[in-house]
Amino acid sequence: MKTIFEEHAPGRGTEYLPSRKVDLGAFLPAAEIRKELPLPELSEVQAVRHFTGLSRRNYGVDNGFYPLGSCTMKYNPKINEDTARLPGFAQVHPYQSEETVQGALRLMWELQQDLAEITGMDAVSLQPAAGAHGELTGILIVRAYHEAKGDAERTQVIVPDSAHGTNPATAAMAGFEVVHVPSDERGGVDVEALRQLASKKTAALMLTNPNTLGVFDERITEIAEIIHAAGGLLYYDGANLNAVLGHSRPGDMGFDIVHLNLHKTFSTPHGGGGPGAGPVGVKAHLKDFLPMPLVTNEQGHFHLSYDLPHSIGQMRSFYGNFGILVRAYTYIRALGGAGLREVSGDAVLNANYVLSLIKDHFDLPFDRIPKHEFVVAPPEDLVRQKGVKTLDIAKRLLDFDFHPPTVYFPLIVHEAMMIEPTETETKETLQGFAEILCRIIDEGRENPDYVKSAPHNTVVGRLDEARAVKQPKLLERLGG
Amino acid sequence: MKTPSELRYTEDHEWLRPEGKSARIGITDFAQDQLGDVVFVELPEVGRDVKKGEAFGVVESVKSVSDVFAPITGKVVAANQALVDTPELVNQDPYGQGWIVEIEIADDAEVGALLDAQGYTALQEGGH
Amino acid sequence: MRFTPHTEEDRREMLRQIGASSVEELFSDLPEAVRLDRPLHLPEGLSESEVAQLLADLAAQDLDMGRHVSFLGAGAYDRYIPSVVGEMLRRSEFYTAYTPYQPEISQGTLQAIFEFQSLIAALTDLDIAQASLYDGATAVAEAAMLAWGQTGRERIVVARSVDPQYRAVLRTYAHGRGLEVVELPLRDGRAAAEDVTAVAEGAACVIVQHPNFFGLLEDVDSMVKATHAAGALYIAVSDPISLAVLRPPGAYGADVAVGEGQALGIAPSFGGPFLGFMAARQEYLRRLPGRIVGETADKDGKKGYVLTFQTREQHIRREKATSNICTNQGLMALSATIYTTLLGPEGLRQAAALSIEGAHVLGDGLGRVAGADLAFSGPYAFEVAVRSRAKVADVEAAMLKAGMLGPLDLERFYPELPGYMLLSVTEKRTTEEIGRLLDVLQGVEA
Repeated sequence: MKTIFEEHAPGRGTEYLPSRKVDLGAFLPAAEIRKELPLPELSEVQAVRHFTGLSRRNYGVDNGFYPLGSCTMKYNPKINEDTARLPGFAQVHPYQSEETVQGALRLMWELQQDLAEITGMDAVSLQPAAGAHGELTGILIVRAYHEAKGDAERTQVIVPDSAHGTNPATAAMAGFEVVHVPSDERGGVDVEALRQLASKKTAALMLTNPNTLGVFDERITEIAEIIHAAGGLLYYDGANLNAVLGHSRPGDMGFDIVHLNLHKTFSTPHGGGGPGAGPVGVKAHLKDFLPMPLVTNEQGHFHLSYDLPHSIGQMRSFYGNFGILVRAYTYIRALGGAGLREVSGDAVLNANYVLSLIKDHFDLPFDRIPKHEFVVAPPEDLVRQKGVKTLDIAKRLLDFDFHPPTVYFPLIVHEAMMIEPTETETKETLQGFAEILCRIIDEGRENPDYVKSAPHNTVVGRLDEARAVKQPKLLERLGG
Repeated sequence: MKTPSELRYTEDHEWLRPEGKSARIGITDFAQDQLGDVVFVELPEVGRDVKKGEAFGVVESVKSVSDVFAPITGKVVAANQALVDTPELVNQDPYGQGWIVEIEIADDAEVGALLDAQGYTALQEGGH
Repeated sequence: MRFTPHTEEDRREMLRQIGASSVEELFSDLPEAVRLDRPLHLPEGLSESEVAQLLADLAAQDLDMGRHVSFLGAGAYDRYIPSVVGEMLRRSEFYTAYTPYQPEISQGTLQAIFEFQSLIAALTDLDIAQASLYDGATAVAEAAMLAWGQTGRERIVVARSVDPQYRAVLRTYAHGRGLEVVELPLRDGRAAAEDVTAVAEGAACVIVQHPNFFGLLEDVDSMVKATHAAGALYIAVSDPISLAVLRPPGAYGADVAVGEGQALGIAPSFGGPFLGFMAARQEYLRRLPGRIVGETADKDGKKGYVLTFQTREQHIRREKATSNICTNQGLMALSATIYTTLLGPEGLRQAAALSIEGAHVLGDGLGRVAGADLAFSGPYAFEVAVRSRAKVADVEAAMLKAGMLGPLDLERFYPELPGYMLLSVTEKRTTEEIGRLLDVLQGVEA
């Protein structure tokens, strides 16, 4: 498809604003005024067709099954989109006085309460803009907590070898040294290794539970005891919360801090890469360290409170990705507590169902009851003898109009393929997906080259990523 | 996978070839194969002093990245500028044109302590 | 409501296939101690009609800028958004997609980001741009981290005339990395090159907003010179609408340009989701945070786009990544791309020009208001900083009574500026509305 720069023709633009002539020279020094503004000009119809065209070269949950592990690509209810656009939410300025935004503040306060109840925490900040931003918020709280206790020796954050890359990256951004704890043969944290690592230097352990292998760490209370006994804090990465809603709460597992991904668990869409929202919950002893402001409720009057003497400060402008908060709130109100519990039950059911249908065709690194997602690898003989790898299977899935699973993650599983069906898919869709996956494995044995050269039915084939780095073209300019 | 017998090796998959007072250093055939298409090599400045075990450079493919560690202590006396424009030399000829740096040998004992080809091969077969 | 499709019959069949007797059994590996043995204390679920009403009632408790005339700005703007933007943004192929990890079926998102990068590079007049950051504030903080990574220096210099939200977030991030933040004092509402010279030695960067938080034009040339003389990076903060009419950061020597892109077709939404952007000189490519999209080709030579230079990022480089950012503000970047494409150079210039003209109608009009004066001297745009003899709270109350939103009380962020307030004018404000505002200001008793 052409780019907007290739579609440009001078003078094609549409008037969206009053055309009154303004003499900028009357207001600004001549030397400060910009001369050239090399932006494209398209007619409105061209623009509409251009962006409609782009949308057709995309694949979302509304197009089909999206079992992208760790990303919880569930259906995004349309009512969320309507409520977020209500003028009383979308057309509200963040500097309006409190009495003019009581509806927005009430929504935020209620959401803080709801998320605290869902996670078993005592206080919640809605400010972080995404999961990784929530992680940074949480680990800065860890830092502030130890600093407040005068405990400057705690320089290490422990992270499992199966962790998301954001965990170590976050710890480093907050000024910590990253220490890796290995996984045991059942896919959980190697508790004996953890015992050796936990020390006076331990600031925190970052953990996902169920973890990135999709299995629940059964020794979680023991893990929590080890970290707490060492004087460290326990941080919950909420990427996988969709597995345990209403069944188990991070707070009850012993976690001190948790971040959530509203764009995963609470159905606000992912937007093709955001915006998300990454609220952070903490136990009471950490409340004073939360970012500012918090929303408080004084007898039905809602305030933005900056009264947090030990606060880590502010994590972003204003109060959070409010439009995303509205969507998550809408979802929680629509489902209620029982509905949320059903979400996790069916998410886990669906994952187990797909696994049961494909397990004879794949290698299972950990043969356990998975929660909402699981990790498999293509059979070793297929990889070794035919050279058909996980990437090839993923690409072949595209030909059948399925989004592939997450591939090559977690890093500890060779040729990993991480499948998360989510709760919103029908039995028939899951069956169809499982059948195709198995068929691709068979096809890989019979006709490996065809699988290895997939996809065959997409608008572009496999793209040369090495060329993109070696001969970078990162933008286009008007006139080439 | 080639592992020339006249070279010395590290557990981190660097090779070293002594040439008089200095030694030429690169990454092994096994390492380049694991990385895949190399698209970028970050070279150290000539004249920099490095300590044995210190990361002095980076080799990147599209989806992975690997530090290059100094097999010995010494001063960097040359860096392979050809890799700036043609990083794929690391894939094509890891022990030849794909060399990365030359380091002046400060202590011959450090060279002697490195793995020989047999030891390095055994290491790979041991599951690395 | 429920969005889980299973009938009881479905569940039974699925459980039979799995070999489990109940869904609960699939949770049997959860230790007793961590199981929730009671229902969640949340309100009962609602039907769609009920939830729609509930949300409509909540929203109705807010005063919105559709029914009230807003003179609030200060980093979040009430600008006209063409209908096409909202229409395109609701195409669910865009908004229900994930980050474009599978390029073959994500060319729409990828090309849109590529176009966004191109537009940002054109607006800032710099070599490269990345795919988006959370907002202007975190973009400033990330730029400071870039400068620290590049120079190894641990002092960050920022003008006090930079948006207080941005400075607050910068301090939070800097504390994490153990960096020192030094502010350049206000001199008649602006930063001064002499002050840069005094503190820039040994600094990683100097951060200046232009026009600044008060709408004042900064003396960017002399500050760039003083910054570079100290070997520091110059980080320019700007509103993209202003870049349509003002000399861009690349032209006056900035190394990195960041800012808030909300003005490009994004609703104010009580402060988010917004859009951070970052552009830079070519040499900083490998230090940029977040996603970058590049053009390449498939085996048949067909043009396509991919996420590229990923070795900078957390999923590959982990603790050595340039940033931990993963999910960014993709849909907001799309919004900005559509808005900028629709308005084109003429439309963007007109949005800026009408706003500046309006600000000056207001500024000049203060001459006839007894209790209010322009706070600072020097050229200004978009924002009008006012020193008021009446209490700012009284001004706010009077404006509200007249159906207007604003002003921002500057003392909240600048204790040294009691009685100072900020009013903002966009292209949506008419001369008549500005006249009414002046009448209100005239009527407030000191």
